[in-house]
Amino acid sequence: MKFRGKVWTFEDNIDTDVIIPARYLNTTDPNELAAHCMEDIDPDFSKKVSRGDIIVAGKNFGCGSSREHAPLAIKSTGISCVIAKSFARIFYRNAINIGLPILECEDSLEEITSGDKLEVDTDKGTITNLATGKTYRAKPFPEFINEIISAGGLLSYAKKVDNRCTQ
Amino acid sequence: MGMTITEKILAKHAGKSFVEPGELIMVNVDMALANDITGPVAIEEFRKAGAEKVFDREKIALIPDHFAPNKDIKSAELCKILRDFAKEHEIVHYYEVGRMGIEHALLPEQGIVLPGDVVIGADSHTCTYGALGAFSTGVGSTDLAFAMITGKCWFKVPETMKFIYHGKLNPWVTGKDLILHTIGDIGVDGALYKAMEFTGEALSYLTMDERFTMTNMAIEAGGKNGIMEPDDVTLEYVKKRAKRSFDVFKSDEDAHYSEIIDYNVEKIGPKIALPHLPENVVDVEEAQGIAIDQVVIGSCTNGRLEDMRMAAEVIKGHKVHPYVRLIVIPATQQVYQDMIKEGITEIFIQAGAVVSTPTCGPCLGGYMGILAKGERAVATTNRNFVGRMGHPESEVFLSNPAVAAASAIKGEITHPQEVA
Repeated sequence: MKFRGKVWTFEDNIDTDVIIPARYLNTTDPNELAAHCMEDIDPDFSKKVSRGDIIVAGKNFGCGSSREHAPLAIKSTGISCVIAKSFARIFYRNAINIGLPILECEDSLEEITSGDKLEVDTDKGTITNLATGKTYRAKPFPEFINEIISAGGLLSYAKKVDNRCTQ
Repeated sequence: MGMTITEKILAKHAGKSFVEPGELIMVNVDMALANDITGPVAIEEFRKAGAEKVFDREKIALIPDHFAPNKDIKSAELCKILRDFAKEHEIVHYYEVGRMGIEHALLPEQGIVLPGDVVIGADSHTCTYGALGAFSTGVGSTDLAFAMITGKCWFKVPETMKFIYHGKLNPWVTGKDLILHTIGDIGVDGALYKAMEFTGEALSYLTMDERFTMTNMAIEAGGKNGIMEPDDVTLEYVKKRAKRSFDVFKSDEDAHYSEIIDYNVEKIGPKIALPHLPENVVDVEEAQGIAIDQVVIGSCTNGRLEDMRMAAEVIKGHKVHPYVRLIVIPATQQVYQDMIKEGITEIFIQAGAVVSTPTCGPCLGGYMGILAKGERAVATTNRNFVGRMGHPESEVFLSNPAVAAASAIKGEITHPQEVA
């Protein structure tokens, strides 16, 4: 998959309560979740994001709760992919399971600033800053996770491995 | 090469004799858990996948505890989805309001999770059951749906970090202080993707309730699971409750650890985590005198009987500060009943506290104690993120039950020795 979009940067340890506060977890409606995404640290975030934009964050992105509403809220704002130095493990699984593309990159992401335009190629694992021309390399996914991604998420993958899903 | 307790449990459930860190495996789960927030999402995924039957109606637990008793119409609808699914699939471990408790207190108390189990839950604090010597970890709703259909979950075998606690605990120091100290030391991503194995003579003196507090907060250091080898205290707790057989695993002498960290607990006093990360840990003395508006004693971290006993011991004979709300939430109906029997409920009410029915409620800013702009709370809960308990400009300080109780009396952060 290839994406081209404008960058929104976030710092280290962006937690799931910030991504989608628990007071909105009484709904599962993606549009409603999107409307409140990141609002406790940036009240207008969902209004400012354009379809295809990219989040670039520090380490431990998505720490905290197991709420799948978090990657869902981000995806529903129109964000095309999230790049971070590292992801909290439940967020990492959830993003893959619901089909929000994520890339882990230990390179000097701090050189990228809000408003820069990036071109991301998830197959090659490359992130190019069109503002500076510099290319960064993401960590490749293990083969098994690539299978889940290419199947279109965990439950589509499950249909392949377990026929009870397709009855 | 030997294996750690985490590796042994995972190997057994993957049908293998040996696993090593980094290996991707598919394991059979003994219990799959969801609540009123994550369950409905999992149920929707279950249906979308075209599934008609759950893999085993005895190995799924559905517990409405986060926004239950229903806080509003939307929450009522979510609880109804959970209830209807439980009825339709005759789920054995569905607990209705009046019988339910906070999931991570209820499942061990009822003997539903046992040593040697693999437990997954669509709730990040599922890591709590590691105190029993089980492998347990939080997952999302789609993982949970996959498990409800297949009985399986995929894992990357984690590396294990070993934490050894030496010495004897100081007065007013609990399992909560040990885990806060540990998170303060290694940071909120200090154990990212890793197993945290807790051991050492200091832990042998801890009650099961304090041990649950420690493994509960492994996630606050980014850990995949927190785990302790079962000992006599564990077995005494489990034998009264287990209705099926279980396996006791211990780490091999030559097991491999990615890191070994030693702590002398005699140097550790009561701790408090300052806003807005659980790693901002200082000695209570350093925060002493900070004025507060609310105290919450409860949650899956510190809502068990030992926690209530400790808080009551501090509160007894005192009054809650006139401008502080003290909200006490027993984690389960059993804890609630035991508090009544022991006279603990009366001590809290006499002091001017409110005692609530079990719910996660305020811990995650749901209801039953939301903070206004600029307000501060001391809570025995697990997270103090921005907006966690209410307004984005409110603040949460995390402590043990004795510090919370002492702070409720004084109206400011207080060391329990000041009032006891």
